[in-house]
Amino acid sequence: MTGERKRHVIPGEVITSGSYRAEQNTIQVGENIVSTIVGLSDIHDGSVRVIPLTGGYMPKDDDLVIGKIASHSSLSWTADINSCYVGMLPASDVFGRDYSSSSDDMTAKLAKGDLIAARIVNADMTRDPLITISGRELGKIDSGELVKISPNKVPRLIGKRGSMIQMIESSTNSQVTIGQNGLLVVSSEDPNGLLKAIQAIELIEEQAHVANLTDQVNEMLESKSE
Amino acid sequence: MGGRDTDIVLLDENGIRCDGRKVNETRKVTIKAGVLKNANGSAYIEFGDNKILVGVYGPRDVHPKHMSDTDTGILRCRYHMAPFSVGERKNPAPSRREVEISKVIKEALEPAVMLKEFPRTAVDVYMEVLQADGGTRCAALTGASVALADAGIPMRDLVAGCAAGKAADAVILDVNNEEDQAGQADLPIGYMPNLKKITLLQLDGVLTPEEYKQCIEIGIDGCNQVYEIQKKALQDKFFASGEKQ
Repeated sequence: MTGERKRHVIPGEVITSGSYRAEQNTIQVGENIVSTIVGLSDIHDGSVRVIPLTGGYMPKDDDLVIGKIASHSSLSWTADINSCYVGMLPASDVFGRDYSSSSDDMTAKLAKGDLIAARIVNADMTRDPLITISGRELGKIDSGELVKISPNKVPRLIGKRGSMIQMIESSTNSQVTIGQNGLLVVSSEDPNGLLKAIQAIELIEEQAHVANLTDQVNEMLESKSE
Repeated sequence: MGGRDTDIVLLDENGIRCDGRKVNETRKVTIKAGVLKNANGSAYIEFGDNKILVGVYGPRDVHPKHMSDTDTGILRCRYHMAPFSVGERKNPAPSRREVEISKVIKEALEPAVMLKEFPRTAVDVYMEVLQADGGTRCAALTGASVALADAGIPMRDLVAGCAAGKAADAVILDVNNEEDQAGQADLPIGYMPNLKKITLLQLDGVLTPEEYKQCIEIGIDGCNQVYEIQKKALQDKFFASGEKQ
């Protein structure tokens, strides 16, 4: 069974048996490693995982996500991060350690509906995932177009070592902030470049299963630029 | 014992049942995954003349909040028959029977669904029977498990459902409405084919120990046949293009 590496699997299907580590989306049943979701099995360096083809976003530590401020209490904001859990952004993350709920106005910094680029600090599932906006490339997003794609297709959009997204960015003169949760912000000085970048992203979302997608996207980007 | 009197010949001298099937034959089953746009996962199943639509939401926030569990996600199932699903109009309010079937289906799915991965959330399964012809609980269970897989909810295995029973003193597979009404016993089975575990087992009627063993045996065989169709439904939706990355 070691010969074939990627295979379509459904829940309950045996991927392989023997001395392998059961990782993402797999479980060990006796000798066998079994898939728990619909996806592509991947055997690599003695470990087995399944790349999902469906399902929502599950927060993971260190993921960059794009969120929308949903509400705030006196100590923290909550952000919709396109998941079954909401992101918790503590006020002290924005105001510093000497934050005081009486003197600092939280809505002045982030109001309901604002978009943020955030990083997940702690997603241990015992409570709502903690997020931060202090760091490079993080913080409030002031301009750009929000695009939503399936979280499972984010790796395809990025491509091998970022090849796909770099190609889109350079040929359309735009910047794309990709959240692992499937939310993207596209911004560009040039309105045509912006439209073209969004079209390219939509094409990838639709055709994610096609083999030579990079060529197809490249073709599309070039044809429109004339 | 003995069931209701009827004019229908449940089993003729050639061993052919009232709808033309052999004793160990299931009805025609077709399943289509991903039929609803607004649900996270869905399936439409035709199990003979049964037509059932299943929608799955979740994992999502639990409302009311007091139902949530900090250790695990919860599974909520609603089996409902449409007013036009049976000959005489059915009152759309949930009946005693529907509450029971919702509960047994929930308990039949729970061993398969890995809810521990989503603490404080709920997975909701809505099963709507559009047309009923006996054996709806097995059909709804079969459809629900495809819809859960379509929603991307982690599962140890799919759950396939199929009933066995006894009519005209013969052990039969996949009991239809007439055989259920006039027959002697009905034994619905929910089964996880890869793990080889039974998750649903009910018995209405009387069977001898020997007949019971036979029923389980052919029932599991029926579940395995249904499983192949479930598998195909998921493959058709996700891998139809046949290309690998």
